Amino acid sequence: MIGTMNLTLKIWRQPHAEAQGGMREYQVSGISEDMSFLEMLDILNEQLQEQGEEPVAFDHDCREGICGSCSLMINGQAHGPEVTTSCQLHMRSFKDGDTITIEPWRSEAFPVVKDLVVNRSAFDRIIQSGGYISANTGSAPEANSVPAPREKAMRAFNVATCIGCGACVAACPNGSASLFLGAKITHLGELPQGQPERYERIVDMVAQHDAEGFGGCTNIGECAAACPKGIPLDVISQLNKDLRTAIKAGR
Amino acid sequence: MATPTLVRGARATQSTITLKIAMAVSGILFILFVLAHMYGNLKVFSGEEAFNSYAEHLRTIGAPIFPRTGVLWILRVGLIASLIVHVACAVTLARRAGRARPVQYQVKRNVNSAFSSRTMRWGGATILMFLIWHLLNFTIVKINPTGGETENPYRLLVDNFGVWWMTIIYLVAMAALALHLHHGTWSSLQTLGLTNSPLARQRAKLAGWVVAVVVAGGFSLVPLSVLVGITK
Repeated sequence: MIGTMNLTLKIWRQPHAEAQGGMREYQVSGISEDMSFLEMLDILNEQLQEQGEEPVAFDHDCREGICGSCSLMINGQAHGPEVTTSCQLHMRSFKDGDTITIEPWRSEAFPVVKDLVVNRSAFDRIIQSGGYISANTGSAPEANSVPAPREKAMRAFNVATCIGCGACVAACPNGSASLFLGAKITHLGELPQGQPERYERIVDMVAQHDAEGFGGCTNIGECAAACPKGIPLDVISQLNKDLRTAIKAGR
Repeated sequence: MATPTLVRGARATQSTITLKIAMAVSGILFILFVLAHMYGNLKVFSGEEAFNSYAEHLRTIGAPIFPRTGVLWILRVGLIASLIVHVACAVTLARRAGRARPVQYQVKRNVNSAFSSRTMRWGGATILMFLIWHLLNFTIVKINPTGGETENPYRLLVDNFGVWWMTIIYLVAMAALALHLHHGTWSSLQTLGLTNSPLARQRAKLAGWVVAVVVAGGFSLVPLSVLVGITK
């Protein structure tokens, strides 16, 4: 077939959370450059099933780059070589004969469940500890009754694109989730609705982040480069600024 | 694995960000110190008398209100305190970062980080070792490798940098300092929350370059001028 490739895959296999894992090598052939990375893994899994082997477990859901489920460390880069999610990464980013190493996110706070699947409920708990606004129930208020300056609204919308995939943690040499935290803090902190709980939120979310075992930020910038949504590094500055304000307020 | 429970009674001052802020503040004090120290060293180019009177003046600042070396000791105590804070926070955060990734990647590529940003910990340790040597060399013991005068600051300096391996030690240390300042300057501004826009971020990174080049370059002028024979 024209435009197809043969690849060598080195994949982390681990039967369950407590089991000892290791790298296994597989060959796949006839891979079209138009396939997504996950479709390539589907081909491998069909192959494994035919051979009576356990398929490779990996997280995926929407396959259109918005759910944040897929979480693959591909050749040492979170979500691979392009600025996108693993599901939206296409095989045209690779060439025939390549060896591709696929690993799960590595973080104390993201324990491996099986193979390439990690448990990211640490992020859920960070959100639970403050990543929300409290609003009374009832009919939705008139949107224009709460004016938001355009620049602040745009910044909030831009960072609200965070899908919580965990690529920032995976890419960070310190295993820090500061970009995720910063995105949530900035998203809610820029809008009028986020103000009443602003400083309570940051203290609680940062404390939860620390308690989950994530590392501290050293402003290296690998997170922003790995982020499939292009969340900029200045959200971490905002995070630090808000925490500083919280200290001053005696929280 | 962390316990899956929510933290209660969280305090802002007990967070990792507070440790980072302490590192940023102590780091900025060091930047101010090395700038002043570098400027003072350039007095070498005004000759032996000017340099030695500057060294003496450092001991008599604030006189007669303060006793001899009084102000100098206040500054020294401040620097020692900053050093303890800076190193203690760095060690705490480095150990934490080590625990945050118990299983290493088989393949890991760093695509967007400066070399200086990934060498902060080893670079910091290098600078600390150098600092100990430097204090023994010029302040505490006053080592003159040529066996010459030790109580004449200008002669001590020129004799030291007349020895090639001593010059190499100092130039290597300045390279380590330049790397540390390149990332440290930008990082401290980001940690203090002063880089909230792409423009501010760009300026902070530029500040890192300027501080690194000015400080390490300015310091290096002195041993280099001895090496090429301008200062003797």
